[in-house]
Amino acid sequence: MLDLYSPGTSVLHRLSPGVKMLSMALGATLLFLNQSLLITAAATLGILALYPVARLPLTKAAAQLRPLLVIFALFFAVQWYFESLTLAAYVVLRLAALILLASLVTLTTRSSDMIDTMTRGLRHLKPLGVHPEKVSLAISLALRFIPVLAQITTEVREAQKVRGLERSVIAVAMPMAIRAIKIADDISDAIDSRGYRS
Amino acid sequence: MITLNNVSVSFGERVVLNSLSLTLTERRIAVIGANGSGKSTFARLLNGLALPTSGEVIVDGLNSAKKGRELRRKVGFVFQNPDNQIVMPVVEEDLAFGMKNLGFSKDDIAAKTDEILARYNMSDLREHPAHLLSGGQKQLIAISGVLVMDPAIVVMDEPTTLLDLRNKRRVARAVAALPQMVITVTHDLDLITDYDRVIVIDDGGVFADGPPAEVIAAYQELMA
Repeated sequence: MLDLYSPGTSVLHRLSPGVKMLSMALGATLLFLNQSLLITAAATLGILALYPVARLPLTKAAAQLRPLLVIFALFFAVQWYFESLTLAAYVVLRLAALILLASLVTLTTRSSDMIDTMTRGLRHLKPLGVHPEKVSLAISLALRFIPVLAQITTEVREAQKVRGLERSVIAVAMPMAIRAIKIADDISDAIDSRGYRS
Repeated sequence: MITLNNVSVSFGERVVLNSLSLTLTERRIAVIGANGSGKSTFARLLNGLALPTSGEVIVDGLNSAKKGRELRRKVGFVFQNPDNQIVMPVVEEDLAFGMKNLGFSKDDIAAKTDEILARYNMSDLREHPAHLLSGGQKQLIAISGVLVMDPAIVVMDEPTTLLDLRNKRRVARAVAALPQMVITVTHDLDLITDYDRVIVIDDGGVFADGPPAEVIAAYQELMA
């Protein structure tokens, strides 16, 4: 899911960001409303079929799911244990379909186009006190810094592993929190120094 | 021209800079000093990221305490860690960020993005995710993100600290070619040998100030 835009000229790349985002929202809603394993499986295959349409290899689709395999296994085991095998398959398949769908949108849409579209959409909420530019900046920063925080997590884990503390949640969480706060300070200065008007 | 009039900066009880008075006019100025000497605070004073506790900083007639926004437009700032300076997920979006904030037109943004990427042979990185760049590429993108805003002065806080030798040289060449006044805070003494002026900050004050050869020698003696 950390893979961002993958440049291309396919039909899906050229489709309006607004249409893609609305389709994603509609698709996700329908996936949640639907209770049938068969339809969920068909929808997952349908979404997978869109990857070649976007000229993205299926390995790219697999790469979106790979980091979440442990979570899938956990969900599957819990649902199977407490409910049934069918429900376990349904829950995991639905989650995979949602992730594949969201990834397809981010892989075929520049984040700036998504953000511009969101900003335009959110302008209608201005009377309710929503600041579209601030929301857009927050989303951009989240997209930008998820990989940075992932890298920091790896560094902190490795540092604590050397000291035999890799299983201590506090030993990993505390340095991470401190570094995240320091980064937040620096980013705030960087945004200020590049003329952002808050 | 940058003027510091009797500038002091304190954080609580701790005095970081003490009654500093300087006039900066040279094209290439380096600021060196030990860790914690106050040199990064000095750099941050120059574009209003830090404000004096007493005294005043004037950049081309703009007082940093009163005209912070105008000052930041005039003085670009390159941070030590480009990862904390690149705020957008994709290279061209990050380059556009500052220009959009300053109200540049779409055509200007596109033209300046093309020009800066071509200047540093990075045109192929236009749509590259920022987190997948190498250290040297990130630093050049961070510098580019500042340069496209057309600052009159560029302040750099340890721009080569996190780089390997090849990338240090790449950044040094890029800095050397800039037409702007550049003020570099650094530990990298090789970077500043051909600068016009070097200032050593120590214990919140100016320990030495002058041409590189003699000031670097004085600094090395101080650190011995």
